[in-house]
Amino acid sequence: MKSLNNLNKNTKRNMITYGIVVAMFVFCFVYTATGAASNLFQGILVPICVNVILAISLNLTVGILGELSLGHAGFMCVGAFAGSIFSVMTSSSIESAFIRFPLAIIIGGIAAAIIGILVGIPVLRLRGDYLAIVTLAFGEIIKNIVNNLYIVKDSSGLHMLIGVDAYNNMEFDPLNKNVIVNGAMGITGTPKDSNYIAGFILIAITLVVILNLVNSRTGRAIMSIRDNRIAAESVGINITKYKLIAFTISAFFAGVAGVLYSHNLSSLVATKFDYNYSILILVFVVLGGIGSMRGSIIAAVILTALPELLRGLSDYRMLMYAIILIVMMLVNNNENMSYYKEKLFGGIKGKFAAKKNQNDGMKGVS
Amino acid sequence: MNFLSYLISGISLGSVYALIALGYTMVYGIAKMLNFAHGDVIMIGGFVMFTAVSSQGTSPAIAIIAGIIVCTALGVVIEKVAYKPLRNATPLAVLITAIGVSYLLQNAALLVFGSAAKSFPAMINFPDWRISEGLTVSGETIVTILVTIVIMIGLTLFIQHTKPGAAMQAVSEDKGAAQLMGVNVNSTISLTFAIGSALAAIASLLLCSAYPQISPYTGAMPGIKAFVAAVFGGIGSIPGAMIGGILLGIIENLSKAYISSQLSDAIVFAVLIIVLTIRPTGILGKKMNEKV
Repeated sequence: MKSLNNLNKNTKRNMITYGIVVAMFVFCFVYTATGAASNLFQGILVPICVNVILAISLNLTVGILGELSLGHAGFMCVGAFAGSIFSVMTSSSIESAFIRFPLAIIIGGIAAAIIGILVGIPVLRLRGDYLAIVTLAFGEIIKNIVNNLYIVKDSSGLHMLIGVDAYNNMEFDPLNKNVIVNGAMGITGTPKDSNYIAGFILIAITLVVILNLVNSRTGRAIMSIRDNRIAAESVGINITKYKLIAFTISAFFAGVAGVLYSHNLSSLVATKFDYNYSILILVFVVLGGIGSMRGSIIAAVILTALPELLRGLSDYRMLMYAIILIVMMLVNNNENMSYYKEKLFGGIKGKFAAKKNQNDGMKGVS
Repeated sequence: MNFLSYLISGISLGSVYALIALGYTMVYGIAKMLNFAHGDVIMIGGFVMFTAVSSQGTSPAIAIIAGIIVCTALGVVIEKVAYKPLRNATPLAVLITAIGVSYLLQNAALLVFGSAAKSFPAMINFPDWRISEGLTVSGETIVTILVTIVIMIGLTLFIQHTKPGAAMQAVSEDKGAAQLMGVNVNSTISLTFAIGSALAAIASLLLCSAYPQISPYTGAMPGIKAFVAAVFGGIGSIPGAMIGGILLGIIENLSKAYISSQLSDAIVFAVLIIVLTIRPTGILGKKMNEKV
């Protein structure tokens, strides 16, 4: 009976998470339908959806796999550009956004997943600080390459070039030249296919996939690597394989978020996807609680909406993020401070007891 | 510009990387953590010197001393406030905290000094050395290389022949055993942070003199590249930091000159990935066995 109880608890927890997303969707739907919503409110809906997907997918790497990835924005960049290139090239042949946009999302996600595998194979042998710095390096490499990427279509076909010199030296058919990706100028003319309804559908898909993964045999294998790598290896878990699965799925959804992001803007440059964006996603995950998908969603919504709604804070926003990171880590990981925290929040115990146990479990990770 | 002059400027840039890499490698060796904020300590040091000379009008010598003192204090304070409470926490928690500190310094500087790059006043006055027609080594380059060599020798002597140096070696070998032998682990770690941060101040002087600009982002990229250098040479090893730094500086400058100036960062990071895939312990690193 114990396993049944466990299952029920898991399902119940997941239901609450889905419930929050559905409630948010209903609120947005009704609020925009009544016409009371301001432009500002409508404008931040898609960025919120993008950040929620990013936070959930990074939480898979940080919370479930237990490794720090600082190159999440790089995967997002790959997805954004792959999706945008597809949409720009097919915007004349596939007229319906209902067909084009899902295809763009799949292409963007797969492109990011392929890069995720390519990055993962050499990198996932490493752990901890080394893995973090290498993912950071990969993020920078991706940004650097995309920033120097030129894709030109002319009568002789499609040309892909890297570097401004190669672009200037190449001779194109002047009559039929169509620059799709213009180096540091990025890509322009992406059709504006994103909206919040698509965003919420994608959040739902991401949640279903990742929550089911976490509660599956694969998910348990991944968490066992996080909790004790050596013990996991000694019971026959293929570490590289499971690490790669988690990493690739995480990259896939980062790419999906990238497509959603790029189809919300008319022009896109690679420098947007820098180290700071990766850190921002990490802040969502840390503030929401490492390993908690529901927390990631809530943190991503609040931290995306607040600075937009309270413009006056925008100067101090980044400083706030930094302080959030440090304080959250100190409070949750130092014995003395955890003690005070428990004393402070002891009153509302019963409700949070389950969660606290879960947190205590996380502390044992080394 | 010919090959030789690219090589010399590469060695000069590499010397700066080596100085920064020393801070990383010493802290990593002793506290077993990646001090992400090291690059931003460099930036703060640069801003202290900039403010002292440009707005207060002090002499460069006093500005340099002020920069070193501020950086040393900053390094020790960061360690006490942010890293010491997490001595027994998971590596992930320590790493995220370090990123938070780096972000905090960067954004605090952004609020105080603004994001625009400011021109850094010339502080090193040393005559250029004209080797032949078309090949001149600038005074800054000579000073950079000389300062790095002196510091390397001094640091090696300090670690091998003094008591605090022996304590540092002991703590990096086995923290628990060192404590049982009467080594004060906390003050040894503080000393390591202090030395690393003082070297960061000197590195910031050399870096800002070679590229006479300063902005809140000045430290970030050289910091990450110096970490690459530390890994390249073998983390925890002082001669390794020197070799790794200089090799990386040469690779960066030559790829800028002969391959592509826009892709040079990508090439430097590719070096890191290749090194870590083929030889994760770096050129001079020791292989560490994991105890179960």
